[in-house]
Amino acid sequence: MMTAATAEDDLVAENLSCRRGERLVFAGLSLVVPAGGGVVLSGANGSGKSSLLRLLATLLTPVAGHLLWGGSAVTEDIAAYRASVHYVGHRDAIKLGLGVRETLGFWTALRGAEPVALDRALATFGLDRVADWRCQWLSAGQRRRLALARLIAIPAPIWLLDEPAAALDIEGEARLAEVIAVHRQAGGRVVVATHQPLALPGASELRLGEFAADPAAAF
Amino acid sequence: MTAYFGLFRRDILLSWRQGGEIGLALGFFVLAVVLFPLGVGPEAEILRRIGAGIIWVAALLASVLSLDRIFAADHADGGLDLMVLSAMPLEGAVLVKCAAHWVTTGLPLVVLSPFLALLLDLDPAAIPTLVLGLLLGTPALSLLGMIVAALTLGARRPGVLSSLLVLPLYLPVLIFGSGAVEASLVGGARPHLLLLGALSLAALPLTPFAAAAALRQALE
Repeated sequence: MMTAATAEDDLVAENLSCRRGERLVFAGLSLVVPAGGGVVLSGANGSGKSSLLRLLATLLTPVAGHLLWGGSAVTEDIAAYRASVHYVGHRDAIKLGLGVRETLGFWTALRGAEPVALDRALATFGLDRVADWRCQWLSAGQRRRLALARLIAIPAPIWLLDEPAAALDIEGEARLAEVIAVHRQAGGRVVVATHQPLALPGASELRLGEFAADPAAAF
Repeated sequence: MTAYFGLFRRDILLSWRQGGEIGLALGFFVLAVVLFPLGVGPEAEILRRIGAGIIWVAALLASVLSLDRIFAADHADGGLDLMVLSAMPLEGAVLVKCAAHWVTTGLPLVVLSPFLALLLDLDPAAIPTLVLGLLLGTPALSLLGMIVAALTLGARRPGVLSSLLVLPLYLPVLIFGSGAVEASLVGGARPHLLLLGALSLAALPLTPFAAAAALRQALE
């Protein structure tokens, strides 16, 4: 439960409940992500890690509870909230027919951002050598890197990452950890669902199993 | 504005690069029309009478065939999530995607139609009306089809289901479209063409809301 005072610019989730189909996945979940904060979501498969991230990204609507950003409910100005969120799901949204830089450029345009940091973003994840390739020729790990390059290409204060290190090699994981560290130093917030041990110093852990709804009480 | 333009450009680019998709719908259109002379016999008299109807029906079917393309790939690879979180409202995004669909499906059908009309020995005087009718009517096909494409996302056999759902919606377009060609030979196709234009114009502001609502449902 949330008792500590929360600052104006925290990302706050209060008493969230999530239903998928007939099943109440979790209930009464509260979460505070302060500036520079990181939260690691852990829990068994199906405990609702991805659902929570989709809730935080406003891609799902909670059946109960609400989400606060900048001191007010995100539903009040959902466009502004969405503009400050990066959601990297487990699907990469990569079209095989587009080039690597083209794909990143398209994502940047979609956010209405200027394509000023494309090359820097590609270099950060070691994709500069393949920038002109079609995505069709990328390996699974490179596709993941391309999806993550979005984080650098378009600045946003809240990162929601669903298994970001899946398919990444050790070097890729190190780059990711570094990118997250830099983001948090600059006051950014990160919520990560992961099974892999990702170096996130000072991050709090949220075990989703603890919020599992009692199946008997739900119906 | 960058978001709208970027999405439009990407959809056109993808259709162009994965040329098979445009080619599939157009190839189907041409083949379906060409089959009729073989099926009903080569009498020019009969073909001339039913030619406009054949072309319109084939255009409808070719359009249905291409509907899957509008949202299915973006739904499967998570691209729709990014569109929801983008700088534009989802209604705007679906309208842009629909426009790209029309440019890569409807417009090529319009361009091909006069050649097929010649093949069926249509009265040359009726060909401009046929082309104009298709030009006015195909946007309505893309717009109505977009709703069904969004509704059938996640269905097990989206292709079959969407054709069952969308063809009844296409009926007014078919009736006024082929009616216009008939009417042009006896004097005035104007009312038919105006009604076709009206169908497209009425669909333009209404269908994006329905399609966006269906997409939100599919993403839940």
